[in-house]
Amino acid sequence: MISRYLFQALDKRAFWVAVALMVFAVLVPLLNLVVPDGHPLHVPDYLVGLLGKYLCYAMLALALDLVWGYCGILSLGHGAFFALGGYAMGMYLMRQIGDRGVYANPVLPDFMVFLNWEKLPWFWYGFDQFWFAMVMVVVVPAVLAFVLGWLAFRSRVTGVYLSIITQAMTYALLLAFFRNDMGFGGNNGLTDFKDILGFSLQSSGTRAVLFALSALALAGTLVLCSLIVRSKLGKVMIAVRDAESRTRFLGYRVEHVKLFAFVLSAMIAGLAGALYVPQVGIINPGEFAPANSIDVVIWTAVGGRGTLIGPIIGAFLVSGGKSYFTAAFPDLWLFALGGLFVIVTLFMPKGVIGLLGQLKGLASKMPRKNADKPLPAKPEAAE
Amino acid sequence: MSLKERKPLLYLDGVSVSFDGFKAINNLSMVIEKGEMRAIIGPNGAGKTTMMDIITGKTRPDEGSVFFEGDTDLTKHDEAAIANLGIGRKFQKPTVFESHTVMDNLVLSMKGKRGVFSALFHQEDAQERNSIADILEIIRLEHRKDALAADLSHGQKQWLEIGMLLAQDPKLLLVDEPVAGMTDAETVETAKLLREISRNHSVIVVEHDMSFIRDLDVKVTCLAEGAVLSEGSLAHVAADPKVIESYLGR
Repeated sequence: MISRYLFQALDKRAFWVAVALMVFAVLVPLLNLVVPDGHPLHVPDYLVGLLGKYLCYAMLALALDLVWGYCGILSLGHGAFFALGGYAMGMYLMRQIGDRGVYANPVLPDFMVFLNWEKLPWFWYGFDQFWFAMVMVVVVPAVLAFVLGWLAFRSRVTGVYLSIITQAMTYALLLAFFRNDMGFGGNNGLTDFKDILGFSLQSSGTRAVLFALSALALAGTLVLCSLIVRSKLGKVMIAVRDAESRTRFLGYRVEHVKLFAFVLSAMIAGLAGALYVPQVGIINPGEFAPANSIDVVIWTAVGGRGTLIGPIIGAFLVSGGKSYFTAAFPDLWLFALGGLFVIVTLFMPKGVIGLLGQLKGLASKMPRKNADKPLPAKPEAAE
Repeated sequence: MSLKERKPLLYLDGVSVSFDGFKAINNLSMVIEKGEMRAIIGPNGAGKTTMMDIITGKTRPDEGSVFFEGDTDLTKHDEAAIANLGIGRKFQKPTVFESHTVMDNLVLSMKGKRGVFSALFHQEDAQERNSIADILEIIRLEHRKDALAADLSHGQKQWLEIGMLLAQDPKLLLVDEPVAGMTDAETVETAKLLREISRNHSVIVVEHDMSFIRDLDVKVTCLAEGAVLSEGSLAHVAADPKVIESYLGR
C-alpha cells in the first residue's frame, strides 16, 4: 500500500534510486562481512568506509539541490551545516571516550585537560546522551539557517549577494572553530573516538552498520525531498526560483517558502555530517573551509541541478574521481576538476542527468528520420 | 470624507512618487467603483505602470493615500498581502511560470490558502479540478494544458496570464496591455473576454490600442505626466483638446 502510494507520488527515477540505495544498504555490508576475504566479490573494509563517505557527500549535495535547484538559492556555505552536524556527533563521541583518554579524565575530553580547564563548558552538557546529540545534529544547523535565512530573505537579499553571505558565514565559523577558547578542540578538532552506543568504531561490524544507515538515510531524504518537490509547495518553490516577484503578486510569501527550504536543507546537511564523522573518525575546522562548500556546488552542477538524483550521481562521480586522481596522478586532480567544470558548463548545462536526456532524445529521433511518414506538424502553428 | 464613507473599491488621493527627481506620478487622484471596468490610456511615461506598481505594493508612494474597499491602506501592505486582499495583476510583458505546465500555472494561482504548510499538504479536490477546467475552456488552452508555459505563443501566454487572474478570483483585476503583440482577431476575442470578466469583477485595463478600448466601451481615464488629464466616455476623452495635443494627435 505505502510503496504503491510512494510510487505514484514520487518521481519514478527517484523511487528506483531509493530502492537501489536500500539494496546497496544491505548488499555492501553483506559482501564485506559474509563473503570471505580473497573472494572476488568481497568488499574490503576501506571500500566500505570510502563508499560510506560518498553517501554522506551525496546527502549533502541533495540538500544543496533542494535550495539551489528548486528554490534558486545558491548557498556557498552548505559545508557549514554539514560541519555543525558533524561537530554535534563528534561531541557525543568525545563524551563516549570517558576515562579512556590519554589524561583519563572521566568527564573532560583530553584537549580540555590539556588547556587546564577545570570543568565542562555549559554547551557540552547533555552531549553524553545520544538522543540529545542527535537532536542537536539537526537543531543547531536549523537554528543557524533560520536566523540567517530570516534576515536575508526578509530583506530580499538574493543572487550573488546571498551567495557571498553564505560563504562569509562558513568562513567566519572556520575562524571561530580554529580558536582554542571556543571549546571545540581548536585546530585539531575532535578525534580519537572509541565507540558509539557502546559499539567499537574500529570493528567492521559497526562500520558496516554505519554504512547501511548512511545509505538508508540518503534513501529516506531522497524520498522526502521528492515528495516535497512534487507537492504544490514544490511548484511554488520552482515558481520562486523562476519568477520571484510574480510569485509575490500571486499572494505567496516568498520569504517563508525560501526559509522552509533553507532550514530543511540545513537539517539534511547536518544529518549527513553526523553520519560522516564516525566513519572518517575526525571532525576539525577544515570542514568549514569555503572550498568544501564549493565542492558541493560542483557535485550538484555536474550531476544536474534540480533533479534530486543528479547531485547524488555527481557527488559519487566527482568524489570518486578525486579519490582516483589524487592517488594515481596527484598533480593533475585540480586540472581535471577545472576541466570537468568547464565541460559541464559548456556542453552539459543540465549535468549528467541532462546528458542522459539529450542522448535519449537523439536516439529517439534517429529511427524517425528514416521512417517514411513525415514528422507530425506542430499543432499550435495555426493559431 | 464622504468619499471614504461611500467605500469605493479603490481610492487614490493626491498620490505622488518620484524616481531620482523625476516625478513619475504627480498628485494623482482617482476613484474606481465596485463592479466598474475602467480603461487607462496615455502616452509612454505617463505613469500607467507606476500607478499599478503603487496599487500592488511594488512601489511606495512618496505622498498621498491609497485605500482599498474604503478603509484598507494599501501603502502599509506588501505585494503578497495586497494580493491576498484581492487585487490581481497581469503584467505588461506576459509573466507566466515558464518551467511549469499551463495546468500547474493555474493550480498555483488558484484562490486558497497561501501558507507554506497548506501548500505542502495540499490535495487537489474535484471542485478545484472543475474550476481549472472551466478556466482552461474560457482561455481556450484545453488542448495545451500539459504543455510547458514556455512553449506557448505570445498570445497564448497573455491568455494564460488572464486565466491565472481568473483562478485567483480577485475583487480587482489590474490588466496591463493585454493585447500587446496580439493579432486583430485575438484582440477582439480579448475584449470580449474582459467584458465577460467585468460582469462579476472590477477591472482596470491599461492599453494603447484605441480600437480595443472602443470595443471595451467603458469609462476612460487619460493619464499624462503622472496626473489625470481627462476622464469620461471615450468620445468625450478623445474630443478633449488636451488629450489630442499630448497623446492622440501626435
